[in-house]
Amino acid sequence: MRKDMSYQAVMGRKTEIIKASAGLDFDQFESGSLAFDYEGMMASTGYTFDEIRRVQAEGSVGNTPLIELKNITALARKFAPKGNGARIFIKDEAANPSGSFKDRRAATAVYNAKKLGFKGVVSATSGNYGAAVASQAAMKGLKCIVVQECYDSRKVGQPEIVEKARKCEAYGAEVIQLTVGPELFYISLRLLEETGYFCASLYSPFGVAGVETLGWEVATQVKERTGKFPDAVVCTNAGGGNLTGTARGLLRAGCHAQVIGASVNLKGLHMASDNQFNRKSFTTGHTGFGIPYSTWPDRSDVPRSAARPLRYMDRYVTINQGEVFYMTELLASLEGMERGPAGNTSLAAAFSIAQEMPEDAIIVVQETEYTGAGKHIQPQLSFARDNGIEVSVGNPDLEVPGKSIILPADPSLLKARDLDMNKTRASLIRHALATIDHKPTSEDIRFLAQEVKSTEAFVEETIASLS
Amino acid sequence: MVKQGSWVSITRTILTAQERTASLPEDTSAVPFVMWVKGYLVEDAEIGQPAKVRTKTGRIEEGILEEVNPQYELNYGNLVPELLSIGDDARAILFGGEDNA
Repeated sequence: MRKDMSYQAVMGRKTEIIKASAGLDFDQFESGSLAFDYEGMMASTGYTFDEIRRVQAEGSVGNTPLIELKNITALARKFAPKGNGARIFIKDEAANPSGSFKDRRAATAVYNAKKLGFKGVVSATSGNYGAAVASQAAMKGLKCIVVQECYDSRKVGQPEIVEKARKCEAYGAEVIQLTVGPELFYISLRLLEETGYFCASLYSPFGVAGVETLGWEVATQVKERTGKFPDAVVCTNAGGGNLTGTARGLLRAGCHAQVIGASVNLKGLHMASDNQFNRKSFTTGHTGFGIPYSTWPDRSDVPRSAARPLRYMDRYVTINQGEVFYMTELLASLEGMERGPAGNTSLAAAFSIAQEMPEDAIIVVQETEYTGAGKHIQPQLSFARDNGIEVSVGNPDLEVPGKSIILPADPSLLKARDLDMNKTRASLIRHALATIDHKPTSEDIRFLAQEVKSTEAFVEETIASLS
Repeated sequence: MVKQGSWVSITRTILTAQERTASLPEDTSAVPFVMWVKGYLVEDAEIGQPAKVRTKTGRIEEGILEEVNPQYELNYGNLVPELLSIGDDARAILFGGEDNA
């Protein structure tokens, strides 16, 4: 008998499809209340840190150059109080095979899929991760399907996503392109069931453990170069895996640098809106993913996300679209490095934060990404203009996402804007409490304190203020 | 007539606007959920008519034949003049000879 492939029927089989395709039974980590065994889940990849490094090296991933941005540092010092202006370093992750740090996440997942005997992998992503999975699958001779949200209802595609489809196809992958909407998950489940392929979720323990090598390399390379660990590391934050994995890797190396999340400010734009889809100039690394995934990680395509950024984040800043484009131009014209804009979100934040830090401090931007037609400031701003966005030069504080993009009139106007961490933490606690219909247990309270990198007293105070 | 074996793209409506059940903004729920996929045409077909393709992973997909040898329409867009002076201005601040601090 043919299976019922309707939306309702496939979504109803979600748990069994994920269990079969992710190679992991998530139920084993549950406590029965809101707490679950996060470290147990992270260890369930079955690979040690050294094995992950070896797997990545086999896939030509990692050990990317660490570059000191001397001119950008000097420029930041021009606008910093006397004695301030930390040294800014960047990890050139564009040097990975498919051009971004996402290769680290894909390498482990695809290696594991091959080891378990899967014939192919499915990945639901419009971003660099799709290209990374396709690239790793190409190396290992596995088939690959990338499912992407690409077009609005007029079939107008985001230049960055159209480019990503091209890149995935260049690696021999099949690309499924969809209009805007969360029903993408339905298509992804349907494909997993039809093909029996491995679910290379960005949010699986493989996807996040793969990033630990990045944090570890940042810590060890900075120490080798300067004799000390970095003082702060800035991570562009969307789904949270980049920050989570990097922070875990820093700690693994013994480095206790301040971990700062940075997202592009897209306040007011609805991520599932057909009309607004092409009115944003960033398809990832923005607050539209960063805030919801930080404050409630378990909204992804796996039951429990391995990406839990608030466990590690000390500070969370936003940066405007025009500021990231401006920084991308500065990276090219002052440092001779042309890289993709999305990867420069954390660089824009670091330029501002470095000015708060003393000159002998070190701040690291832990990624760059490749660039090319579509994925470049020129076509992205041109596309924005074609879609009715006003592009101008002025004060970026006045930028309104979906209406305007303002390139700073001078470098002093570029500012990282802090989000209230305790409000963000309280939001996660509120979301977690909504998943149970009883009083949180003492284990839950302990778990929540770890989830938000705070104390049990903070969790209890927050719960009291919510009820 | 497009010949069997041609590399094409097809499109199919997965859910009509009425069938969309997920919680969606009004503008999105008013339009269908549509898919595009590329593959080799299984049998001769006409543009705008139903067709079957064999995709890169060997799956068979059905939909309306849209394009033969689908193009990548990517470029660097219209020049954005606002970008021209960013580097020059920064270089003047940094290497201008005067201490601008």
